Amino acid sequence: MLAVSSLHIDRAAPLSLLPLLKLLPWIAVAGLPLALPGYEPLATQVFVMILFALSLDLLVGYAGIVTLGHAGLFGVGGYTAGILSVHGLTDPIFTAICAMLLAAGTGLIFGVAMLRTKGLTLLMLTMASAFLLYEIANKATGLTGGEDGLQGVSFTPVLGLFAFDFQGKTAFFYSLAALFLAFIFVQALIQSPFGWSLRGIRENDARMVAIGCPIMRRRLIVYVIASALAGLAGALQAQSTQFVALYSLSFELSGNVLIMLILGGSGCLYGAFVGVPIFMFAQDQLAKQDPANWFLGQGIILIAMVMLAPGGVLGVCQRLFAAVAARRRA
Amino acid sequence: MTTLTTILFFGIAYGMILYLISVGLSVTMGLMGFVDLAHGVFAMLGGYATVTFMNRLGVPFLLAVAVGCLLVAALGFVLERMLYRHLYGRSELDQVLFSFGLILVSVAIVRIAWGPLAQPIRLPEYLKGQVRILDLTLPTYRLALVAFGATVIAGLWFIFDRTLFGARIRAAVDNRAMAQSIGINTSRLFAAAFGLGTGLAALGGGLGADILAIAPAYPLQYIVYFLIVVAVGGLGNIKGPFVAALAIGLADTACRYFLPAVGSIFLFAFVFVVLIWRPNGIVERR
Repeated sequence: MLAVSSLHIDRAAPLSLLPLLKLLPWIAVAGLPLALPGYEPLATQVFVMILFALSLDLLVGYAGIVTLGHAGLFGVGGYTAGILSVHGLTDPIFTAICAMLLAAGTGLIFGVAMLRTKGLTLLMLTMASAFLLYEIANKATGLTGGEDGLQGVSFTPVLGLFAFDFQGKTAFFYSLAALFLAFIFVQALIQSPFGWSLRGIRENDARMVAIGCPIMRRRLIVYVIASALAGLAGALQAQSTQFVALYSLSFELSGNVLIMLILGGSGCLYGAFVGVPIFMFAQDQLAKQDPANWFLGQGIILIAMVMLAPGGVLGVCQRLFAAVAARRRA
Repeated sequence: MTTLTTILFFGIAYGMILYLISVGLSVTMGLMGFVDLAHGVFAMLGGYATVTFMNRLGVPFLLAVAVGCLLVAALGFVLERMLYRHLYGRSELDQVLFSFGLILVSVAIVRIAWGPLAQPIRLPEYLKGQVRILDLTLPTYRLALVAFGATVIAGLWFIFDRTLFGARIRAAVDNRAMAQSIGINTSRLFAAAFGLGTGLAALGGGLGADILAIAPAYPLQYIVYFLIVVAVGGLGNIKGPFVAALAIGLADTACRYFLPAVGSIFLFAFVFVVLIWRPNGIVERR
């Protein structure tokens, strides 16, 4: 009896408050420039990487597609926005949409080829796809600037109202807004029947085929969506830093974003929001002295996490809560 | 020497090195089903050991390579017993993350110990210059590489096809549970095979130090080539990767020579085409 009534209370009370409660962290973050002036550019980088890691979570966490070439799509978005701006198309929202479309198209082409394979072959192809794009950008110096990066990128004010300023306030709110919209979209997507079918494919693809789910098409659709979001993140990066570097297509970035996501915890929507800030803070602290320290710390954390604490920070928290709850019940 | 023979020769030497480094990876993946991105680490360590023994202790080239190879094989064996074996049943993602972590740790250690710059290798006099065979003038180093590589490969194929150890490995690749039930100690077999694979990688890294430069970024920079060899060659066999490694060595060398503006773009595109045509590699396992 007790359990039933408490269930009712649980259900009734937060229902009206929940949407507001969920907005609270966003409002708090939007107030950040008041509390910590001067940190806007760093915060903008964090938002961009969260969006990038969120798009990866759709693949790794929900669809079970492990990719080592996600930076390829990020870079396509970045270079699209950058190259358009150099050639005179400087509206930020228009170029961001173009970046998303081109990244989605790239994802579609690679996805059709790659997603028919599995295991090692799939891993290798995702990696090769990013190496291929990297090599193209590296050689097409006339278009991309090659190893020097793309210079002379600048954008007109957002919506014609808010110019990109030196303190990075506009970039801060612009990328926060983009992240918010992307988050709402991803949340709706994973709670939709489509999102649940992705989890089914992740857990047991043979059984999903048996119940009539077109798994190839589903995997391709989510790959294209994740590509578009990664492209958006790349475009935001180009717009907020006014520069596009070859790093944005590199294997290193593909690996880093995977680590950021796993550090927070994949397949639970909030992993990116936890992992990215921790990663970037640690990077800032450790890489200051010597890049070797940073590699060493990162590697040890990664190995320790796989051996001792699978599921990342959120996974550990979840198990702690479960253990506490179990003790209370006992 | 004509352009064609140059490319052919450089390509084959490059392919030999790729094969020596990657063949262990093919066995590891086929045998244990382990996705090991960190395989290049062992090749890099073989290279560093060779260079260090030669430059600091004055050990001759071939002896330095051999000692490096044994040391790295021992390290591989220990790492397999301590870390790798706990992850055999785990998801692909966990294995990828673990081996990526291992890459980062090794990059950091190598950077701290040897600094960020590439280590130059001073080849012995008898490997410098060129030799004339019939009408061809061939670079000695690469000729020695091809000859030595061919010997090692012949030995490896003999072990794989004609000895009890090789038969056990083939049995375990085909059906691990059945191999176990007829009394093959698969756990010990895995450790031995892993040690052998890492030793061969170190051999490739040491011998090829003049082709694949020994620098801290080595495992990150070349990993895609090693994985391509294994994926194109097919898992768990040792002949498919040989064909794949030679093809990739030749294709990459030819691309760099004839189309330097395109670089390795064609290579990656070619790999895509091959793997779409044959997702399980050119030599399919029955």
